Amino acid sequence: MNRILVLAEHDNGALKLASFAAAGFAAKVCAASGGSFDFLLLGSGLAAAAEGLRQSGAAAVLAADSPGLAQPLADRCAQVVAATARARGATIVVAAASTFSKDILPRAAALLDAGMLSDVIDVRSEGSDLTFRRVMFAGNVIATVQLDGPVKCIAVRSAAFAAPAATAALSPVEAVAVDAASLPQFAEFISREVKVSARPDATEARIIVSGGRALKNAADFERLVGGLADVLGAAVGSSRALVDSGITPNSLQIGQTGKVVAPDLYFALGISGAIQHMAGMKDTKVIAAINKDPEAPIFEIADYGLVADVYEAVPELMQKLKT
Amino acid sequence: MKILVPLKRVPDPDTKIRVKPDGSGIETDGVKFAVNPFDSIALEEALRLREKTGAAEIVVVTIGGEECGEQLRTGLAMGADRAILVKSAAALDSLAVAKVLAAVCQKEQPSFVIMGKQAIDDDSNQAGQMLAALLGLGQATFVSKLELTDGHQRARCSRETDAGIEHVAISLPAVFTADLRLNEPRYVSLPGIMKARKKPLEELSPEALGVSAASRTRVLKVERPAGRKAGVRVKSVDELIARLRTEAKVL
Repeated sequence: MNRILVLAEHDNGALKLASFAAAGFAAKVCAASGGSFDFLLLGSGLAAAAEGLRQSGAAAVLAADSPGLAQPLADRCAQVVAATARARGATIVVAAASTFSKDILPRAAALLDAGMLSDVIDVRSEGSDLTFRRVMFAGNVIATVQLDGPVKCIAVRSAAFAAPAATAALSPVEAVAVDAASLPQFAEFISREVKVSARPDATEARIIVSGGRALKNAADFERLVGGLADVLGAAVGSSRALVDSGITPNSLQIGQTGKVVAPDLYFALGISGAIQHMAGMKDTKVIAAINKDPEAPIFEIADYGLVADVYEAVPELMQKLKT
Repeated sequence: MKILVPLKRVPDPDTKIRVKPDGSGIETDGVKFAVNPFDSIALEEALRLREKTGAAEIVVVTIGGEECGEQLRTGLAMGADRAILVKSAAALDSLAVAKVLAAVCQKEQPSFVIMGKQAIDDDSNQAGQMLAALLGLGQATFVSKLELTDGHQRARCSRETDAGIEHVAISLPAVFTADLRLNEPRYVSLPGIMKARKKPLEELSPEALGVSAASRTRVLKVERPAGRKAGVRVKSVDELIARLRTEAKVL
């Protein structure tokens, strides 16, 4: 019987929607081959976040609430994840792929002597055997794999799993005791450079407007990419080229090594379409590309392509969308 | 100071990846191989730290067949001092790799390990974190800046996270994983290649290291994802808006 621990993610108490996709994976496994899942929250001051997880069908919402976990330091978090997995007899520990889970989950997997699969997009059960599909080679290959061992760690692509339907019954919230003195002290948190933005996060937005090399500086990026995003209530994204040249912050990068997104609509503005970038957005429902190079690879995957200079087309687009 | 840098042999990032017709794996015939780009960045950082601090031995290590010697020679040509090839015929998953690397660390006792945050073939992003856990050491992943402090007892790291850049201090020894913007690796020079031929390359095996490195992951088949087809070219902004509204219904 599956006992699944779903590692939920939050930002200072505000739940990440991807947490529900991870629960969607758990619900799918339980529906096919039985079992139940618990959420696990790590942090300090978790009451509101825990409340937000109570209507997703979890057997319990486990809250490891401790000042020692106020920052998501991998050494501490992984120890609590592994200890909780052991205590609950977890057979699967799952999280949605993000820099948070990529930092913590492999470390917890090694503590549990468990194998791990990253970027899982599907799961099927045949009897008690689970078969997974995962993405490799910058999205160019899908592998069908099985994982041996009594405990498995899984990181899922959040776009690949639907959140469980809301339940009327509320899952109980249970405190996980954390002995602050036993937490590892290898790492000391110093600070985080958070870009405060009123725009939605790219991993949670229905529409993303993303800019590439054609944008010459940060002011142009903000005026054209940011401007169109604001007209549409969309998130902004960026190709690697702009991050490397200091025009956009790393947190906007979409691609093989940045965020992987799958919104309803992705506007690619002046993005040529390197395979590493396309790896991060090609599961989008509708791709609209504007690029003045008619040979740009982005047009090979775009549903709608407009050969035009973004400096001319985007202001026109903004103006016409406003009216 | 001793720095251990694991390198992985992967298809060159500019190679077009083809799947074998029977779905048993990736076509490797005629494919050019290279050092995983993130591992090159890790090695470059080790070389720069040596240049800055004056003295450090840099050891590159890989796991695989004889052919992986090629990537170790590249590492030596970039400036590493010696190389270790842990010979293994079987394809290993991240946990098995981490177990072998942990055994190498027990033998070598490096001041720290620095490696790529992910290999561009499996894209797993696991081995460094697992290695840190197995050794009972601290870790800093996705590092975009690394500075040794406190007489090389600690390191101050900048990490690229979804929320923004995070700054942490990590006690050494530790495991660091390199992100894209940590540095730009140097090119291999001809004198470097000549020197590399004379540098020591030691061959070991998981058995000799006392590790049972069985992979838990079984790949049943690989395939190409359902590709996207090119859509239509629109002629104007007006047509783009119209089609997004009425045809695609996403606006």
